[in-house]
Amino acid sequence: MNPKRKQRMLIILGLVSGLGVAVGLVMYALSQNINLFFTPTQIATGQAPSAQLIRVGGMVADGTVDRDPQSLKVAFDVTDFDHQVRVTYEGILPDLFREGQGVVVQGRINQGQFVASEVLAKHDENYMPPEVTEALRQSGKLDQMKGGQQQ
Amino acid sequence: MIPEIGHFALVLAFAIAICLAVFPLYGYLSNQQGFCATAKPLALLQGLALAVSFGVLMYGFLAHDFSVKYVADNSNLDLPWYFRMSAVWGAHEGSLLLWALILAFWGVAVALFSRGIPDHMSALVLSVMGMISVGFLAFMLFTSNPFVRILPFSPANGADLNPLLQDPGLIFHPPMLYMGYVGLSVAFAFAMASLISGKLDATWARWSRPWTTIAWAFLTLGIALGSWWAYYELGWGGWWFWDPVENASLIPWLVATALMHSLAVTEKRGLFRSWTLLLAIAAFSLSLLGTFLVRSGVLTSVHAFANDPERGVFILGFLIVVIGGSLTLYAIRASKVSEPGEFAWISRESFLLFNNLILTVMAVSVLLGTLYPLLVDAVGGGKVSVGPPFFNAVFVPLTAILVSGMAFGPLAKWRQSEDPRLFRPLIVTLIVSVVVGLAWPSMLDGQYSIGTAIGVALALWVAIATVVDVVKKVGLYGGVGTTLARVERGMIGMWLAHFGLALTIFGVVMVENHTEHRDLRMGVGDSQNLGSYDVRMTDLTVINGPNYVADQATFEIYQGDALYKTVTPQKRRYNASGMVMTEAAIDSGVTRDLYIAMGEPLDGGDWAVRLSVKPFVDWIWAGAFLMGLGGFVSITDKRYRQRVREEKEARVAEGAAA
Repeated sequence: MNPKRKQRMLIILGLVSGLGVAVGLVMYALSQNINLFFTPTQIATGQAPSAQLIRVGGMVADGTVDRDPQSLKVAFDVTDFDHQVRVTYEGILPDLFREGQGVVVQGRINQGQFVASEVLAKHDENYMPPEVTEALRQSGKLDQMKGGQQQ
Repeated sequence: MIPEIGHFALVLAFAIAICLAVFPLYGYLSNQQGFCATAKPLALLQGLALAVSFGVLMYGFLAHDFSVKYVADNSNLDLPWYFRMSAVWGAHEGSLLLWALILAFWGVAVALFSRGIPDHMSALVLSVMGMISVGFLAFMLFTSNPFVRILPFSPANGADLNPLLQDPGLIFHPPMLYMGYVGLSVAFAFAMASLISGKLDATWARWSRPWTTIAWAFLTLGIALGSWWAYYELGWGGWWFWDPVENASLIPWLVATALMHSLAVTEKRGLFRSWTLLLAIAAFSLSLLGTFLVRSGVLTSVHAFANDPERGVFILGFLIVVIGGSLTLYAIRASKVSEPGEFAWISRESFLLFNNLILTVMAVSVLLGTLYPLLVDAVGGGKVSVGPPFFNAVFVPLTAILVSGMAFGPLAKWRQSEDPRLFRPLIVTLIVSVVVGLAWPSMLDGQYSIGTAIGVALALWVAIATVVDVVKKVGLYGGVGTTLARVERGMIGMWLAHFGLALTIFGVVMVENHTEHRDLRMGVGDSQNLGSYDVRMTDLTVINGPNYVADQATFEIYQGDALYKTVTPQKRRYNASGMVMTEAAIDSGVTRDLYIAMGEPLDGGDWAVRLSVKPFVDWIWAGAFLMGLGGFVSITDKRYRQRVREEKEARVAEGAAA
């Protein structure tokens, strides 16, 4: 094998093995860092793992937002109109957080409550996070919701 | 009547784009000069038609023509005129029109500044750009026409522009970003043209290099502006969220950065030819993918518009045609690419290869993380999301590896480094950066951070190595003035960009590891400690803006007993949409930003308040600005101007002879 071809072979081998290792590590990192999504119904029926970081999507149930008068602690229910999950959170809620609005919360289940580390509401009022749409579709309440919005 | 002119101009542009895609290519294949010669006039005409179309839409906004649905959805009688102008690209249809306009603009630029390039070559390049244009204009006309009217019952007032977008940042962020995204189509078109013609030597690299550099510079500035905008307008003081749409701009940027470096090897040494072709295809394909991700709404993102799946399917189809077509052509032709020449293991080529390898891996990992939720969903694995922990875990170490090699490349010689003494200045650089890097965190409050030490050492490593390189060149040429005059502009651009990256890394490391951040409950009269300052809320009022009502808090910031500054963050409620927006108060400084934002009203007249001290945060964008500036400086090189001048002289001589 001439030196030029040998060098090229080595480079290609290096590239392929480097890329292989990189992709392997990336996939491993991915499997460690994904957050699974659950609906309120799945959580209420005990299908979600506790103590693992997960996401829940649904609507903020009307009249359920309770604020602590001394601190930034807040609690509210997230519903797919079938089941509700009590969510607690400490911090500043996003601007579009409101009763009756779609919301995605990220956190862990702790003794029957969902302790949120992050609350996401979207920046466009007409936009519904796909997770929330999915939760409502699974509970069969999506059409009801859409009808409700038009009123 | 006027909106119909815009619509007509759009249809006309579509027709012209079809001609542009077909005629020059036919001319080239059938060897008829006449057909090839249509390329430039058609490119100019297309630019004109789209400019008219764009102008008409802008006129619709300025004149409050709410019979146009797009205007009615995104404007309002109370919206100030400058936001009415930027509202043109504030939503789906208009931003597509901007995309198409910029594509046509790049076509015009190629038509005007390609005089050094053989006619059949520029004809092919413009033809390929015409094909892309056909796809986008068809997409607009069939799924997203901005000129749809609401007649005869047009609304008296519009629904208003999304308040998030009512910001000076939006005036510049999308056009800059699109200039970059779409600018990569030029490099793509050059690569395609050379594949079609089968003329696969290094000349195409020389031609497409300035275009790639300028597109990269725009992309850099566009991403930086977006990050800056998110920092002060999205309200929570983050500068990068690993949002899918941010990633969609970062991936092409990484590939374009790799392309820029590999084009250097292809142009100077004729190596990496097929790899460079592949990168040129990948860079543009990934910007198309980015457009697909933004427009189709398949991923949860702050950028997602309310959307309809038909559009997603169209772009996906277009994406498959572009990527499939270009890769097929590549597969047929690439075997004919010869790779003459060799290089030693320690040479500039090998360092640039290293750069390309790392950048590619970075791009692939961000791509995988971004698309992973789609892949899992597609195989029925349920909904998942991939958050910042993944991206940080992958991206940060890769950046460290990339940056550690950055100091060597510019010092290494092409082909081989005969002389190991070449790297001697780096020994001092290494010692200084490691010592200062390790010492730096101990000078800060709080716990010693090894991450900060490594980050600062790496930033210094690149910065000092760049300065050493500059000083060496200045010594060689005997003075700063002569150096600037004699050295290649690309070299100056590289210095600026590498130094800028060092600044950005330093800013990122400091912000991520040493931000002081507190969410608090505060009422009028409450005082809180913030870094070396005391912050006191002194007043709460209601302010009436042009199209919003705001709760405004007044905070006095004290340094010791002296009043340093008074700031007034706001919580705005926009009248037309009812949307609530946070206007943070930011006191910017060289070494830190003070960041105060109002959260939400609580019982008893108190507010949730966010207080932060963000060390060196502005360095992130200052560095990005230097990188962009470096790109613009590079393309002013004499090589590029000279070619035009030679052309002119040749033509003058021809004229005299005739």
